[in-house]
Amino acid sequence: MRVLPPLLRRKPAVAVLMCVPLFALILGLVAYPFFHALFLATLNKAETAFVGLDNFTFLFGRQTFWMVVRQSLLFALVAVVFKALIGLAAAHAINTIPTKGQRKWRGMMLIPWVIPPALSTLGWWWLFEPTYSAINWGLTKFALPAVPWLSDTFWARFSIILVNVWVGAPFFLIMYLAALKSIPGELYEAADMDGAGPWQKFFYITLPMIRNIIAITTLFSIIVTLANFDIVRVLTQGGPLNSTHLFATYAFRVGIESGDIPLGAAVSLFMFPMLAILAFIILRNVRRRAASLA
Amino acid sequence: MGTKAAASRRTFIKTAGAAAAGALAAPYVKTAYSAGKLKLGLWDHWVPGANEALEQILTRWGENNGVEVTVDFITSIGNKLLLTAQAESRAGSGHDIFSHAFAMVPLFKHRLVPVDDVVEDILSTQGPIAEISRFSAFLDGAWKGSPSPTGTLSYPTVARRDLFLEHAGIDLTELFPASDARDPARIDGWDWETFREAAAALHAAGRSFGAPLATTPDGSAWLAHLFASYGAAMVDEQGELVVNSDAVREVLEYLIRLAEFMPNSVYAWDDASNNRWLISGEGGAIFNPPSAWAVAKRDNPDVARHVWHCDVPRGPAGRFRAFTSFFWGIWDFSENQSAARDLLRYVAEPEVVTTMLRASQGFDLPLIRSHYDHSRVWAEAEPPAGVLYNYAMLGDERTVFAGYPAPPEIGARIATQQILPSLAARVTQGGDSISDAVGWAENELEGVLRG
Repeated sequence: MRVLPPLLRRKPAVAVLMCVPLFALILGLVAYPFFHALFLATLNKAETAFVGLDNFTFLFGRQTFWMVVRQSLLFALVAVVFKALIGLAAAHAINTIPTKGQRKWRGMMLIPWVIPPALSTLGWWWLFEPTYSAINWGLTKFALPAVPWLSDTFWARFSIILVNVWVGAPFFLIMYLAALKSIPGELYEAADMDGAGPWQKFFYITLPMIRNIIAITTLFSIIVTLANFDIVRVLTQGGPLNSTHLFATYAFRVGIESGDIPLGAAVSLFMFPMLAILAFIILRNVRRRAASLA
Repeated sequence: MGTKAAASRRTFIKTAGAAAAGALAAPYVKTAYSAGKLKLGLWDHWVPGANEALEQILTRWGENNGVEVTVDFITSIGNKLLLTAQAESRAGSGHDIFSHAFAMVPLFKHRLVPVDDVVEDILSTQGPIAEISRFSAFLDGAWKGSPSPTGTLSYPTVARRDLFLEHAGIDLTELFPASDARDPARIDGWDWETFREAAAALHAAGRSFGAPLATTPDGSAWLAHLFASYGAAMVDEQGELVVNSDAVREVLEYLIRLAEFMPNSVYAWDDASNNRWLISGEGGAIFNPPSAWAVAKRDNPDVARHVWHCDVPRGPAGRFRAFTSFFWGIWDFSENQSAARDLLRYVAEPEVVTTMLRASQGFDLPLIRSHYDHSRVWAEAEPPAGVLYNYAMLGDERTVFAGYPAPPEIGARIATQQILPSLAARVTQGGDSISDAVGWAENELEGVLRG
């Protein structure tokens, strides 16, 4: 029988060795791009000289940039709130269905999340098409006025949020459904015996029991929603009047389309410190709650 | 023995090293006949059949010269052509030859090899190039692109002659006949005010004029000729910010009055929307190359037979037509630059240009003036007879592009950041006062001008 070399007989060494692929992936796909973006954000437009934080201070003087900041926050907050509410309601609805019938509903509800967003958003674009919108065609059949889905600032914002909610709500649904299923049934039985109503059970059993999942899901969704690109790119390209640009699409416009990569990198990095703080606070609370439950 | 063997190995390595160094330093003598591969990333043509014709030309050239030619047609919809160029220029790999619309040559000049020898050969044998094209591709004292056989286009007025006659009382076929019998005095009256009155009449008849006021290249293009005709510039030749001017205020005031008669959807249009607007029969006029007519001929012949291409209206500073020059450039990472140069020379020959003119049904405008004489494609296009006669500029129009007359690098960024349509939309839809909108443009342009 062959004997393993001494190094491989030590458990920590094996553990480190087995983590190497993961470290390599994180280094190559997360750390390197991040530090390269940081590096780019400190260069001048021609990428020939180090300019420190000049790109960031320059951005702070741009009207359009601050509009993008406001829009991104509005987009993320409204979309995440609606995704969470719809996901929670849908998860409850599905959870009340007998287990046997749940699978098909889960499958159907997940479809928007499973389809590549660029493709499904193209379908939405056909529905919202500026001149020949399929929805407007239907509205006019009922003598209702056509809606400027993509050509008016309010409706364009509404449209991108609507599509984001449509795509993202199933993620909340599946997470909440899993959390709901993990709540021991005895808690509800005891509450029933104590005469608790549905709302009391929801507020005093369900919500506290899935609070960690809500926090993690919300954090994850805020990050993903703030970084959204494809929906805006396909539906509005940031228009009209730059009113639907998010950080990613504006960074793309400035950096890739206009050839100012350092400024584009600065735009895309702008939210990083805030998201990092948010992530730290939420994850710390999750850890504390988990520890107290244990 | 051992010493001898070692000496031979050393001698061999030395000889082989010297031979390899000599081979690397030696000039590429046999040019295209030395075979190899060439990968081309070319603009995907709007006109049905044009891509196939170009691919045939390139394949035949490859077969005759022992070069394996691969062509990828890349759409400009969604700026994919620009994005692909950006990706290739940063990665340092991709195609050997790439199609560059006017704004792309200045943006990528640092990665394009000078092709002075090629372009000077072409110009010396075939005559001068359009001045606006020279402005876009002759950068820092060197040609960074060579004339493309496809893609170069202008934005004439594309109007429904029946609707103009019926609702606005303007006979476009008489004003812009399909012959040399133009009457400059009458054409002088074809100005933006006349156009606006016609637009109002068309709008009242439910057949509005439409042009994008959205961040799309067609939006920048038609606004470029409108702004130029009022003498309104964003940045001047010296690179100075001049957007805060009476001319800019005047053209914005005009736009507010014109936009009343345009569909609200123009704020979300892309480059295909104006085509669809005309082809559907709903639109009365657009500013576009002949692609809308070419597709209408196939998809809605009843509309196509009423379409007429003619000059752009005149403004206080003259008559301008937006013009987009296309060049083919060689990336500095191309491994077959010699063959690429030969191909650039070949595709600028009159026979190739004429073939592509016919294949594109007159859409492509040659960059070299003498090539106009080789083709009667615009005169012969139909229906209706003479529909494209005035597509090749015959009158007093001067060519312009978004960002002109700013230096090319700045002009390119004004175009790619779509500052003109955004400025126009701010006053026509966004509710900004003209002063606020001009202030916004100044703020944006500072970003364009920064070093």
